[in-house]
Parts: sequence; structure tokens; C-alpha cells
Amino acid sequence: MLPARLTELLDSAPPGVEEALELTDGLDAVLADGLARPGAQGTAALEDLAAATGSTPLAASVRAAVDAVGSGRPTGPAPAALAGARTALAGAVHDALLEQADTALGRPRDDLPESAASPAGGAGGADPALEGARSWLAELAVAGWRGIDRDLAAGADAALAPLLEDPSRRRLAVLIDGLGAELRAHCPLSGEADPPARRWSDLWARAVLLAQDASPAGPGAPAEEVSGRLLPLGADVHEHPTAFQVQVHAVLEPSGGDPARLVRAAASAPKVDVLTRESLWGLLAGHSVLLGALAGHHALEVAGMPLLHGGDLLWDDERARPGEPADRFAAARLHLEDALAPAVPPLERHPARIAEPVLLEGYAAKKKRSPAPGLDLDLDGTRLPVSLHRLPESSSLDLKAAAASGACIGLMRWDAGTGWSVQPLGVAAKKAPASQTHTADWAMGPTDPKYASALKKTDPLGTLRERAGRLLRK
Amino acid sequence: MAPHAPGPPSTVPLVPPVHARKLTKVPYVELADGRVQGVVSSGSAGERVYVSSVSAGSHALSCATNNNRPCGGLGGAPCKHIRALLDEARRHYGAERVAAYLRLDPDQAPEAALSALSGPVEPGPTGVVFTRFLRYLSYLELPGTTAPLPEMHWFPAGRAL
Repeated sequence: MLPARLTELLDSAPPGVEEALELTDGLDAVLADGLARPGAQGTAALEDLAAATGSTPLAASVRAAVDAVGSGRPTGPAPAALAGARTALAGAVHDALLEQADTALGRPRDDLPESAASPAGGAGGADPALEGARSWLAELAVAGWRGIDRDLAAGADAALAPLLEDPSRRRLAVLIDGLGAELRAHCPLSGEADPPARRWSDLWARAVLLAQDASPAGPGAPAEEVSGRLLPLGADVHEHPTAFQVQVHAVLEPSGGDPARLVRAAASAPKVDVLTRESLWGLLAGHSVLLGALAGHHALEVAGMPLLHGGDLLWDDERARPGEPADRFAAARLHLEDALAPAVPPLERHPARIAEPVLLEGYAAKKKRSPAPGLDLDLDGTRLPVSLHRLPESSSLDLKAAAASGACIGLMRWDAGTGWSVQPLGVAAKKAPASQTHTADWAMGPTDPKYASALKKTDPLGTLRERAGRLLRK
Repeated sequence: MAPHAPGPPSTVPLVPPVHARKLTKVPYVELADGRVQGVVSSGSAGERVYVSSVSAGSHALSCATNNNRPCGGLGGAPCKHIRALLDEARRHYGAERVAAYLRLDPDQAPEAALSALSGPVEPGPTGVVFTRFLRYLSYLELPGTTAPLPEMHWFPAGRAL
């Protein structure tokens, strides 16, 4: 990315972003105290929300929800309407930011076909598995983050039970499990502590929508099947106590000679808290073709791989085979300027989902002490913060490697309050550019001998699976 | 309504990380329901496991087999199973977090306070903890997926700085 364009990106938030966030902050304050007692200030915030959505298709349901909260009946359809309003605002912020990033990156973006713009929705009938989730989420909203006690936090387990069994509801299940773990760790909040209102409201609103009967089960129908050469750029690694996901960002060179496209391929597995660091990658051992390409730095030949409208391949090892060795930085240099980026499905639009691959070179990495310890990439005087909380422990890509880097493949990220930052997926050392460190170097086992021998000695996954085999099938 | 702060960036996970540890002796430990509780393998019989717990505040101790047979070694001081449980809890969560959860004397160093811990013997929640252990194990039996989970963007894998 050109420094001048980066300066522009970092200097100015798109118009309307601040106003939209003020509205969600207002709702989040109500959710912190609970829908049961919005108070005068909360009532005013809800009125603002109703006014802001007044000219949208959500107008009637948000109006009804605000009235219901005002008259002390904050249940029924009210939580879904409020979650919908918040999601619409976050979606607008997302759109403005993504457009800004696309402009800075010079990135062409695909349009969503009309047929995919409004998802068909669930099969029609009510899914009883969602009822428990909906009622737990409604109870959370009524109590408010400040009013959640240990029992209410633990209610996540009961809401989860029917969802965990059904792989097509995995999105909702990992979300409720992740939120539940945080509520269990922090609730009841001690006296003066402020809840992480924006984060928990984000998670809550997303869960409420996924728990509606109209929310489709599973990923939906693929847009097409694609074939060609896949060049991995890097792996975005996600983890909470009971879930692990690797999302590979890659360039697809379609076999028909069509222009290159940016795609992603995900693999995820349920886990338990003690599986961490060196024992994580073993959870995905069933995807050895994908993981092998990550660890071995080679391309993949894919044939008939399903691709969703949002740019996600539905990965199937059977439809892929290892290709030639491929340097990630060479692939990024060749394609990142022109590759076509995918459209974003309507309900996924949220600033937290922005993860745009970017190649950064010729910078000076500068450590900083204030306001908090951090690292900036200085590109001709413009300083882009490095998102240090996104350097996975299941890799050798740590602060030291990032600070010693001279080139970086990363994801552009945005968060309210901190703005834009870059999440490194792979770095090349400044002094020895051939020496690279990537987040998925351990995909086929730790490359750091210390962790390789620790894994061999403790084998936590093997130990727990052996226990599960004996105790669960008695 | 209290003054409102939106809180930290919305994509910073808020569950403190736990540490890798060896699982053969104590396959399960948790800070939950006001107790440090878990499952400890029997030293002698391979099939048998003990469910042990220490309550926060009262420091009440319990230890029994999963068939609810009380542990013979438990007197006024922790038995070897509770010792093992606390040792592993310390590795898993760090001594400070365990000592704070149990509300041990804050003037004492966490390691020392944990080593000196003692309390009355009370019947424990054996069945509940064992069921939670089975539920925990069941996560490893659930199939993975390659359908994207966009919600995981709120849970970036990170490291303590």
C-alpha cells in the first residue's frame, strides 16, 4: 500500500461513523443496566435509535420494541428488534470503512448477486433448538451486564446443549459458548467495574439474530464450484476456550484464465480450554492437505471446490492436492494489487469482520511505550499500529519477530476507539528477508523444538481423547 | 443510569488464558460454582477416578470416587488427590488466580497460602463435577467443520504480552 494512501486512511474516519457509533453506544448503555430499567437517559437513547431507523424497513419493529421497553415489557420480539437495529448500524459503519479501505488499497470488489442479497431464511418451521438460546439471550438483556449473576451466566450451558449436537448451528454455538465463558469469568461484576459494553453487546446482538427461526442453518448454497491454483497468503487464527478456527486467506487463479480472486478457506474444531498453544493444530489434523500447504509453503491445485458468495471456500481435502512451492510474499506482490475481493453477505457486515489482506514493505518497525506498550510500522512517517493482541501463541510470530521485520503480509483491521491496525500473518526479517515467520508454521507440528518436545511429552489431546473414549462410550 | 464507557476494543477476548499442562494425573480442573474442583486419577486402580474440590471462602474440602465412595485419606488436611488438584490448578490458572478465587489470605504469598490451605471436610458435589467432566470431554467428540464461523473474528488467538 502506498504511504500517501495509508495516511489518508488513518487520518479520517468516513462521515457518519461517529454518529452511528454514538447510537450503538446509547443502546449498549441500556444493555449494561438492563432492559428492565432503562432510566431517563436510556429511554432517550432508545428514542434516538427509533428515530435513526425511522426511515428503514426496521422502523415499525424498532418503534414497537422501544415502546415495549418503555412500558416495562422488554421481552417477546423486543430483543430481536433492538439487535436488528444495532446490526444495521454496525453494518453501515462496516460499509463505510470497507469502502475507505478498498479506496486506499485500490481494491476492486465483487457485487453480491440479487439472489444472495436477501438470504432465503430458515426452512420455515420453528427450530426448537433455538428456543433455549433466545430465552437466555433475552434474560441477559433484561438483567443487563451489571445485573448478571453466576446462575444466569451459567445458563449458557443449557442454551447450548441442543445447539452443540447440530453442526449446522455451529456459528451460534461457538458464539454463545464464547460469550458464556466471558460472563462466567466476570459476572457478577464487582462493584464499580464497567462491563465491556461494546464487546458484549456485539456478541449479544449477533447471537440474537442467529437464534431467530429465519436465520438459515448452515452456510447456505454455494455460489459455484471453482478450480485452479490456490496461493495461500497467510492464516488468521481464532481461539476461545472451546473453539479453534484457522481462516486461510488466499489468491485463487481460476483455471479458465479469469482474473485472480481473493478467497478464504476455514477449518475449525471444538476444543477444551487446556488445549492451547502447541496442542491446537492437532485438532485440525483431518485437513492435512490444507495444513500441509501452510506448513510447507506450497500452492494447492483445487478442482470443483464449492465457493460461497462471501468468498469462503467450503474446504474439502478431497478436492485439493499439493502444488508447486510458493513464496507468500511473491504471491502477494503478484496479485494483491489487482485480485478481485469478494462481496460481504448482508448479515456478516460488521467492523470486526473487516480483514483485508495487505502487503507492507519498506517500513521501519518502531516499538512504543505509551499510552501502552505497542509496535508501529512507520511508512514514510505514517505510523500504522500493529495489532499485537492478534499474534497467536500457537506460532513463532511474536512481538520480537514483528519488531525485527522489514516486510509483512497482514490483515487490515478496524476497531472502534483504536481505529485501523494491521494484524501480521507473516513477516520477513529486515536483516535476512529470506527468513520468514508465519502464523501457520506449526500447522503440521511446532517448528520450535522446545514446544515440539513439550507436545510429545504431554500429548494433551491424545490423553483427553483416550479418556473420552473410555468414559463416554461405557 | 451509570455513566457509560463502551469498554475496551470489542475484539479483545476477556477470558484469561490457561496454561498447557500434563493431563495424566489430573485430567480436569476448573474454577466454577464457587469451588476449585476437578477429577484426579487414582494412584492405584487405573479405572477409578476421584472427584475433589475446595470451596471458596470456607475452604471446605471434599474428595470421593466417582461412585461416591469417600476418600480414605481425607482428614483435617487435604488428601493427596486434593494436593494434586491444587497443584494442577496452579499450573492451569496460575497461583494468584486460584488463591484469589478461593479467597485465601491476601497478605500471604499465593503459593504459600495454597500450600498451607486446610479446612473442614464436607460432602462434595461429586456427581455434578463428574458430569461436567464428561460434558467437557464430549467437546472432543464433536465433529469439526469447514463452513466459515465469522463470529470467531471476535476471538482472535493471541498471546500474553
